[in-house]
Amino acid sequence: MENVQYPHIFDFSRITGPIHDWLMGFLPAWLTTTVECVAVGVGLLLVYALLALFYIYFERKVCAAFQCRVGPNRVGPWGLLQSFADMFKILIKELIQLNHIDKFLFALAPYLVIIASMMCFAVLPWGDGLQIIDFNIGIFFLIACSSIGVLGILLAGWSSNNKFTLIGALRSGAQMVSYELSIGLCVVTMVCLAGSMSVTDIVMAQADTWFIIKGHVAALIAFVIYMIAGTAETNRGPFDLPEAESELTAGYHTEYSGIHFGFFYLAEYLNLFIVSGVATLLFFGGWMPLHIPGWDGFNTVMDYIPTPIWFIGKAILLSYIIIWFKWTFPRLRIDQLLSLEWKYLLPINLFNLALMVCIITFHWTL
Amino acid sequence: MANLQEKIAKLSPAATFEIDGTGILQATVPAKEWHDLAKALRDDKETPMDYLVTIVGADWVESLGCIYYLMSTTDRSMCSVKVVAEGDRETPYIDSVSDLWHIAEIYEREVYDFFGIIFINNKDMRRLFLNIDWVGYPLRKDYDEDPAINPISIENERQSDNTTVYTKEDGKIVKKERAIFHHDDFVVNIGPQHPATHGVLRFRTAVDGETIKKIDVYMGYIHRGVEKLCESLQYPQTLHFLDRLDYFSGQVYHHGLCLLYEKALNIEVSRRAQVIRVMMDELSRIASHCLFMGTYCMDLGATTMLFYTLRVREQILDIFEKTCGARMTFNYACIGGVMQDIAPDFAADVKALLEVLPANIKEYNKIFTGNVIAKNRMEGVGVLSREDAISYDVTGPAGRASGWACDMRKLFPYSIYGELDFEQCVRPEGDSMARFKIHIDEIEQSAKILAQLVDNIPEGEYCVKVPKVVKLPKGQWFQLVEGCRGACGFYVESDGSTKPVRLKIAPPCLPLAGVVEHITTGNKIADLITIGGSLDYIVPDMDR
Amino acid sequence: MEVTTKSMPYSAFKDNEYIEQLVKEIQESGTNVIVGSFDKLINWGRSNSLWPLTFATSCCGIEFVSLGAARFDMARFGWEVARASPRQADFMMVAGTIVNRMVPVFRRLYDQLAEPKYVIACGSCAISGGPFRKSYHVAKGIEDIVPVDVFVPGCPPRPEAMIYGIMQLSRKIKVEKFFGGVNRQEKQEEFLKAHPID
Repeated sequence: MENVQYPHIFDFSRITGPIHDWLMGFLPAWLTTTVECVAVGVGLLLVYALLALFYIYFERKVCAAFQCRVGPNRVGPWGLLQSFADMFKILIKELIQLNHIDKFLFALAPYLVIIASMMCFAVLPWGDGLQIIDFNIGIFFLIACSSIGVLGILLAGWSSNNKFTLIGALRSGAQMVSYELSIGLCVVTMVCLAGSMSVTDIVMAQADTWFIIKGHVAALIAFVIYMIAGTAETNRGPFDLPEAESELTAGYHTEYSGIHFGFFYLAEYLNLFIVSGVATLLFFGGWMPLHIPGWDGFNTVMDYIPTPIWFIGKAILLSYIIIWFKWTFPRLRIDQLLSLEWKYLLPINLFNLALMVCIITFHWTL
Repeated sequence: MANLQEKIAKLSPAATFEIDGTGILQATVPAKEWHDLAKALRDDKETPMDYLVTIVGADWVESLGCIYYLMSTTDRSMCSVKVVAEGDRETPYIDSVSDLWHIAEIYEREVYDFFGIIFINNKDMRRLFLNIDWVGYPLRKDYDEDPAINPISIENERQSDNTTVYTKEDGKIVKKERAIFHHDDFVVNIGPQHPATHGVLRFRTAVDGETIKKIDVYMGYIHRGVEKLCESLQYPQTLHFLDRLDYFSGQVYHHGLCLLYEKALNIEVSRRAQVIRVMMDELSRIASHCLFMGTYCMDLGATTMLFYTLRVREQILDIFEKTCGARMTFNYACIGGVMQDIAPDFAADVKALLEVLPANIKEYNKIFTGNVIAKNRMEGVGVLSREDAISYDVTGPAGRASGWACDMRKLFPYSIYGELDFEQCVRPEGDSMARFKIHIDEIEQSAKILAQLVDNIPEGEYCVKVPKVVKLPKGQWFQLVEGCRGACGFYVESDGSTKPVRLKIAPPCLPLAGVVEHITTGNKIADLITIGGSLDYIVPDMDR
Repeated sequence: MEVTTKSMPYSAFKDNEYIEQLVKEIQESGTNVIVGSFDKLINWGRSNSLWPLTFATSCCGIEFVSLGAARFDMARFGWEVARASPRQADFMMVAGTIVNRMVPVFRRLYDQLAEPKYVIACGSCAISGGPFRKSYHVAKGIEDIVPVDVFVPGCPPRPEAMIYGIMQLSRKIKVEKFFGGVNRQEKQEEFLKAHPID
């Protein structure tokens, strides 16, 4: 693989570096790290909340457009403040204390879900040099974290002492375990192509062309499977069985009220972003601008668009597709859902992995 | 009809015969001979009376009893059998026919609930609509309506896990308890407040994993006692309730009951009024089917479809609103014709609707019917055979999807339906997909009827002169019409005064709910939603 | 103080005297500047984010569906997030007749709603029993069962009337006081005292 020189026009380490040096100038090292961690944490929380609120608004508007409606337009300009009002209300809504439940687990579940999604959120490559931690196994960490979320859902369903939530949770468990497999295999397929598990390396490997083009057939298959499995992973339609509204009222979070429900609600939308973010990272170059080999002038112009805009833009575009799924397709049944994974996606995926290995071995990449 | 009388006379020599106001043969047989007669009639070789239209319970003050309306699906011959209950007023009883017609189980429960008539050997003799601790039988003439006896309580409803069976041993009636569920069943309560039950219906569902083992249907969460209310109202006043039963078939139900009253009063309705009525019926059929498709797709998770189907419905509601002045409760057809003349641009609006309809249907098929997930969810799910459809009284689109040609517009052409050119849509599959598709077919047929009539609305008066005070002569009448969800029967008994002695509405939705258990057992919970949605019941219609 | 919603002029509302009376009552106890602005913020959130419970028993429920559809589109006001679980809903649109057998279920649903909760009695059946008032099995209005905030008459009310009804509710919320003063919770306790459960 030839190494393309990326110009690093918007390298954020140029901003973060001096701040670090400045802090080191008058603080001891441990305190610097603490201050930085707190600052990063607060920033992350802020971005997380803002993005989730944006997504809620975005989905409502997109869905309205599909349904020949207008969507929220009264609260704030173009209804932009609608989701803020919603969150604000949820924040101060009563938290109902239930009897006959496992109180500890009941309270723990929403935090597990939101922490899991936050941890995934933390390792996403936002832009050039704009990444909280760059592990050498970053993508692996992402998959591991996203699996914690299902634990929260299972706990929520179990501890609520309600039959609907229990059925929802068990469905969710079965669904997640199955589709995690597909996601994992898709990721492995792409990691083969990248030759690294580090998030930065994966992005840098796409400096000349994005993987979706470089890996052609195999990457395309992996992308389609990833989008299907990713939709299932986020419990969104047509795979929204755990909270299938017309069957289980609200599924696993039926008994949750107030901010606890708000956590599930936020996490659901943020997971949507994370899934599209990972898809961006694996198939569309992460924050890497669009480069076409040979078109140097074009490439340079593209480089001048800031990298976070590339990343977020691509992720939102992919989320739009997932939202599109939800508002178009009817819901699957649990047995169809599982047979789709085990009978179709998994064999195709395994075959695809072999194909990708062949492509790499015989240098069939574009 | 004559040979039917002969047949019954041979089977039950004690029977007496009369012809009711609508020309239906009525045989009065002793309660002891009823079960054998019913069995013989149903198992008849040539014209089996395999369709139990309805059971009308009645309180004739000196006695209690039932009138069974029977029909043969082979030659459409119809008869009614009047059975006076044995025993005293405390425990009147009749032999159950639930072993012959499946739907009789529910119908008999209804009669038991309203009149307290016990049906011997019915496997499930619980109250159907009212609470188990309800005092009295509300449709009896001597029922005490004092609210202090049955107060409104916010205490949780008392319920029993057992049902009662009455059997006859050595001439004595023996009461036995029978458990509804097995003691280690995992019972999930679905409803009454549940997004997929289309109202306030309640299923107690025993599940094994996600597989349904048994369903126990609870109704009565919107039982408003319409039949009892009608007994204290004058004939024209009884009409307005019909808009609020099956609120999509309001026009059709009005039409049906008006037909019955007009028959009883010997009123000839002008052609103009008949055409208007039929057009309104078909418009409401299209609107109803549109909403069905929308809500059904929403049940299956495809929310967007609802918004596309409601577009057409809104257009139809506009047409209604211009003429009737309301969006839902029209109160339009009245005795002698219709309330007001049609709006000046009625014909133009209908034409505009007919123009956009084909494109919309094409769009629905594109979005939903051809979708692979929709196919997987619906095809082969909840198959109802023709025999079961007849035995469970599943009429309307659901019955026709099982291959039973049961369109009352074709079987007993009322009003001007006999002259119109339209087809009866029948599909043989009997699964949820067929039930869904038949609605689209019927929209097309209704559009065909509208297209024939829209340019041919004759001039004339829209309502003929009717006496100010409507008094029906002494007698009884029965009228069947094709509502949007199936055959709706009206039974009226009059003693010559201004108020009915008994007005029975035989709704199509009660059997639809009755069949749910039969076709969902063994399927997944998600299929309960698919099947329940495809049957398209309206809860206020079944509860009345 | 003119209490109104966006793009609705104050004079377009019919019963402004009631709201003015309510404002006067509330302001009698005086307002702290800081607490008052907190109240405003909270009420802004609450009045702009009213999530209905999907609860319909009969005809009015169908008009409620129409309200959500493209023509009337309640999503414009942010009311389209209909929750099937009462724990997550803000108000209950009682659309349809409540009969004796439904009363315990209905009451339970109300109890399951999380505070702050509101009830709109929608249609003549919910208000008084409507055409079925004389029946043996119909509750004569839901006012004896739960406290009602807004009544929307009609049989069934047109979707426009429902929009107006929810707007009135949102106006009522706008003048509420979260800290001190007239508190909903207290009012509710009074109601429960007057209508005890045995």
